[in-house]
Amino acid sequence: MTTRKVLVVAEHDHVSMKTATRNAVTAALACGDEVHVLVAGYNASEAAQAAARVVGVSKVLHADAPSLAEGLAENLAAQVLALASPYGYILFPATSSGKNVAPRVAALLDVAQISDVVRVVSSDTFERPIYAGNAIATVQSSDPVKVITVRPTGFDAALAEGGVASIDSVEAVADSGLSAFVERVVAKSDRPELAGARIVVSGGRALGSSEKFLDVLSPLADKLGAALGASRAAVDAGYAPNDWQVGQTGKIVAPQLYIACGISGAIQHQAGMKDSRVIVAINKDPDAPIFEIADYGLEADLFDAVPQLVAAL
Amino acid sequence: MKALVAIKRVVDFNVKIRAKPDGSGVDLAGVKMSMNPFDEIALEEAMRLKERGVVSEVIAVSCGVGACKDTLRSAMAIGADRGILVETDVELQPLAVAKLLKALVDREQPSLVILGKQAIDDDCNQTGQMLAALAGLPQATFASKVEVADGHATVTREVDGGLETLKLSLPAVITTDLRLNEPRYATLPNIMKAKNKPLEIVTPAQLGVDIAPRLSTLKIFEPAKRSAGIRVPDVATLIAKLKNEAKVI
Repeated sequence: MTTRKVLVVAEHDHVSMKTATRNAVTAALACGDEVHVLVAGYNASEAAQAAARVVGVSKVLHADAPSLAEGLAENLAAQVLALASPYGYILFPATSSGKNVAPRVAALLDVAQISDVVRVVSSDTFERPIYAGNAIATVQSSDPVKVITVRPTGFDAALAEGGVASIDSVEAVADSGLSAFVERVVAKSDRPELAGARIVVSGGRALGSSEKFLDVLSPLADKLGAALGASRAAVDAGYAPNDWQVGQTGKIVAPQLYIACGISGAIQHQAGMKDSRVIVAINKDPDAPIFEIADYGLEADLFDAVPQLVAAL
Repeated sequence: MKALVAIKRVVDFNVKIRAKPDGSGVDLAGVKMSMNPFDEIALEEAMRLKERGVVSEVIAVSCGVGACKDTLRSAMAIGADRGILVETDVELQPLAVAKLLKALVDREQPSLVILGKQAIDDDCNQTGQMLAALAGLPQATFASKVEVADGHATVTREVDGGLETLKLSLPAVITTDLRLNEPRYATLPNIMKAKNKPLEIVTPAQLGVDIAPRLSTLKIFEPAKRSAGIRVPDVATLIAKLKNEAKVI
């Protein structure tokens, strides 16, 4: 009999919760009946307080030390392991940080890790996409502890406000000494976060240059309050930064509205956006695969259509 | 220093896979198999480190059925010095592969282990991290730039929001992202040469590793297809549809 206690490892910036953490809390409530959240960071008490206000969380474990400042996988995995014993489930959001750390935790517990879960079928059975989302596998775990990464688009986010969880300080692990943080280059933007945006305006190689990418698409994104995304081809060509990539190996998004501009729609791109509620495709190639999944297809040159769209909105 | 590169044989990325109607799996009959694209990038990076004189030997390892020998020959045609196949017909899950690689790391003592960040069949994104944990090594996943000097690897990683750089003590595990490099093609002379390079075959039992799967797949099915909507003639119609029909703006 495995315990129904669930530990969610929070993704945060030491001040606030990332939305993906609240998606994972919802998945956690489907797995078990008592949900705790680990906030491992440095000077992260504001993040711990934010976690305590998330509806459905009964306890927050707060580990605070310089060794946890940068989310280094070796230290964060050790922190999770130090606290793991009461839990039957350990959940991470399937973000770049969650994917980095969860397999270490699973391996050290000698259990499988279940990646990108989109549905909790029962206490030991889960659904997850494989082959770039072209198939869904239903998998059953025989392990005593289930270590899971939760695909955020599979679960609604738990409410950010209204919870009254207790906060327990826990002892932080020492630095492993194996790896050291050097620097982080994060693009500053006033736009919403791509993964959680309500509207995404996305561009492909047809944009032709990084200047044109921004000149043409930013006015539309600004008008709609949208995040900017890109196809792999656009990122590879240097027209857009890497963390804008939507697709199998980039970001998985499911906004209310996804506007694909000059994106042909390879399977790998579709894997990252086909669960969007409404998809608009603007492409001058009438045979572009993106039209096969678009709710509204506009066969037009994006350099004409997008400025018209901006003017008319 | 030695570099060990893990290579997985997967369905070619251009193949549109189909789930079998009875839900028992993916139909692989007659499907083209290739080296996992992220592993090609891993191998390319190892080759570049060798060409820069940082690495002296590149060992390609694959775990799986006998046909993985072909994938290892491809790796040696690209430039790997030798190959090791851990041969088994048992379904291998990431934890089992990580344990097999750990056994080979213990034996070969490489300074660098380079793997693709994920395989494009199961999309797990686990094996490198699991290997690093089991071997007690530092890791840098999703690498877009690797520099090795003075007993350390400095690795730039693609993370949510941008790029992050870590400095790892060697030995270390690196997993590759798309933009680390552009893999080369094998040339005909190198394909011929690869035929004579050593290819060792071992079994999980010889390595003393339990590879029993921990997850059982109950069903594999295709997700509900999204059907094509309508074509709109102009921007004005598009805006009207988005406002009045879809109600998203």
